[in-house]
Amino acid sequence: MIKWQRKDLVGLEDLSKEEIELILSTAESFKEVSARAIKKVPALRGKTVVNLFYEPSTRTRVSFEVAAKRLSADVINISTETSSVKKGETLIDTGKNIQALNADIIVIRHNSSGAAAMLARNVDISVVNAGDGWHEHPTQALLDIFTLKEKLGRIKGLNVSIVGDIAHSRVARSNIWGLTKLGAKVTVCAPKVLIPPGIEEMGVVVTDNIDEALKKADAVNILRMQFERDEGTAFPEQLEYFKAFGVTRERLQKAKKDIVVMHPGPLNRGVEISSEVADGTNSVILEQVTNGIAVRMAVLFLVAQGRDKK
Amino acid sequence: MKILIKNGRVVDPANNLDKVCDILVDNGKIARVAAKIDCAAESVIDAKDKIVMPGIIDMHVHLREPGREDKETVLTATEAALAGGITSVLAMPNTTPAIDCAENVKLLKSIIKKDARNFVFIAGAITRARQGEEVTDTAKLKKEGVLALTDDGSSVDKDEVFLEALREAKKSKLLIICHSEDKTLSADGAVNLGITSTRMGLRGISRESEYKRVERDIALAREASCPVHIAHISCKESVEIIRRARKKGIKVTCETAPHYFALNEEAVLGFDTNMKMNPPLRAQEDVQAIKQGLADGTIDAIASDHAPHTENEKDIEFERAQFGVIGLETEGAVAITELVDKGILDWKGLVRKLSVNPAKILGINKGSLGKGSDADIVIISPQKKWTVQRDKFLSKSKNSPFIGRTLKGVVEYTICGGKVAFSR
Repeated sequence: MIKWQRKDLVGLEDLSKEEIELILSTAESFKEVSARAIKKVPALRGKTVVNLFYEPSTRTRVSFEVAAKRLSADVINISTETSSVKKGETLIDTGKNIQALNADIIVIRHNSSGAAAMLARNVDISVVNAGDGWHEHPTQALLDIFTLKEKLGRIKGLNVSIVGDIAHSRVARSNIWGLTKLGAKVTVCAPKVLIPPGIEEMGVVVTDNIDEALKKADAVNILRMQFERDEGTAFPEQLEYFKAFGVTRERLQKAKKDIVVMHPGPLNRGVEISSEVADGTNSVILEQVTNGIAVRMAVLFLVAQGRDKK
Repeated sequence: MKILIKNGRVVDPANNLDKVCDILVDNGKIARVAAKIDCAAESVIDAKDKIVMPGIIDMHVHLREPGREDKETVLTATEAALAGGITSVLAMPNTTPAIDCAENVKLLKSIIKKDARNFVFIAGAITRARQGEEVTDTAKLKKEGVLALTDDGSSVDKDEVFLEALREAKKSKLLIICHSEDKTLSADGAVNLGITSTRMGLRGISRESEYKRVERDIALAREASCPVHIAHISCKESVEIIRRARKKGIKVTCETAPHYFALNEEAVLGFDTNMKMNPPLRAQEDVQAIKQGLADGTIDAIASDHAPHTENEKDIEFERAQFGVIGLETEGAVAITELVDKGILDWKGLVRKLSVNPAKILGINKGSLGKGSDADIVIISPQKKWTVQRDKFLSKSKNSPFIGRTLKGVVEYTICGGKVAFSR
């Protein structure tokens, strides 16, 4: 097994297959902690984790917070509403100020693609990307992959379809990098206007036919339709989208019987997924949430080690 | 003041010369070029194993003065230019205020007179305040000495306004330089549209936004029978469109910038804002097409599109960072490294792109080492290597895409107007 050398986790594009596997196996060993009566290990005792969130987020922030606390780290949450960002401070200055507090890890969520990479270059402490623009959301993809592996026992050779607004999805990009590196066959499915140009070069198959995407799939990852991002450019109506791309029981009946249904949340019931499917036996949506803790514990633990090696 | 340059390899395509000889400079002019010159001179330069060529004429430079002296000034830019072997620059008019009327030309001229260390020629704006609405008084601008008109940074979107500008420019015998970009097609993009914009999760700038506007600009130039020059071309379609237009006899010239043949879009994947410029770095096939266009003569000139920006404008989120890179101090070496060293151009070919053709396009009596010519000369060690370092730039801004790169070709001396204006 290789050793983790990085102080940061910016994206899955940068990682090798072995590094991804190392995170997954580390997560496996941390998963058991959350099942204990006393859900705490001292792995990051005395370390400080700062959640620096420039975008509203509840689930990811809470997941990181729980993960850090179960590792015994101290956690500070900064959101744009309460910070000096509103006063015009640059991201780099904010990062350096956090570093000056002797914090150890910054978990950053930002609406601008590349923000995590820029921060990581400009501070000596660890940076974990909790989502940057449309670019990457590595811990989400890692928890998706972790859940899938737990369910199906492997990743290599699986057919995984990602359905939804691929163009504006950091979850899709990170999943594509992670899954293809581990040997899965990835299909992306969306209305043509939501397929970004050249995506085939990332090693995926493209379709705008949901039945086609579901037919051979061992798993389907259904992205949240982000209607709040609607910029008036040929964005489909919600009901129209549900009719054409919504994952429903009828559609799943034509798919493999034990297809794994994933969704990063929060759900738009009746838009990209029907309630029956979301709550049905194929759904692992809540297991994803549980696994998110273990994966984020693993990531925080590894980057802290990686930094200590530098 | 006499300067004698001995034993250099003189590359002077204007006089069909590429051989080792001596050059005598006297009183600001080339006095003699001969196999062996022996005479007394205040300064004797041993140019053995060095290239001696006409000074580089960079026809696309943002001096930022007046208005943005925090980014660059006439003084710092022209000092940087000399270090890069550049003896003449064409100043772009997108300053604050824009160079769109006689008064503003006078203002810039007064700064140049005071601070410029090399020859600064002036381009005026095509439209008032570069707003694309009202054509400037081209006759008055011409009278004040501007050499060309451009709204660089923007294209004149309205066909009727651009056509009127072309007709006025023709009357005034002024060259129009086109920043060919349809902003409705490049809207809010940050990098090349395609796999790069997709990988990075950024909005893309399509090739269409460039070449469709190149097409339009050429069509309207033809209609007005006014010559045009297309600035900073970056994609294969633009090269092809210009190649075809020239075959039809349309008077169109064009330039590219060093980053468009030295770097492809992969350089931007790390979100380094020093790789962010407009047009953006394109695909490898575009790089190949640009090189081909340089080799076959479709692309007349290499110009830096020197666009200084402060750290405050660059060390921020990629999408918010300004477009543009500096280039004065690296363009010669990048061209030597990427074009001469790789056999795309020979030395004569390179000198044509860097000096002879820009002089011709701008209608200035430079770019030659013939007897009686202005003594603008650069002496280069062609094999010497150097690594581009951020803290070594003379330019006030440091936003170079070549930091860390090892380049071939060191400017040893720059003689400008008959004086040694730079020596290493």
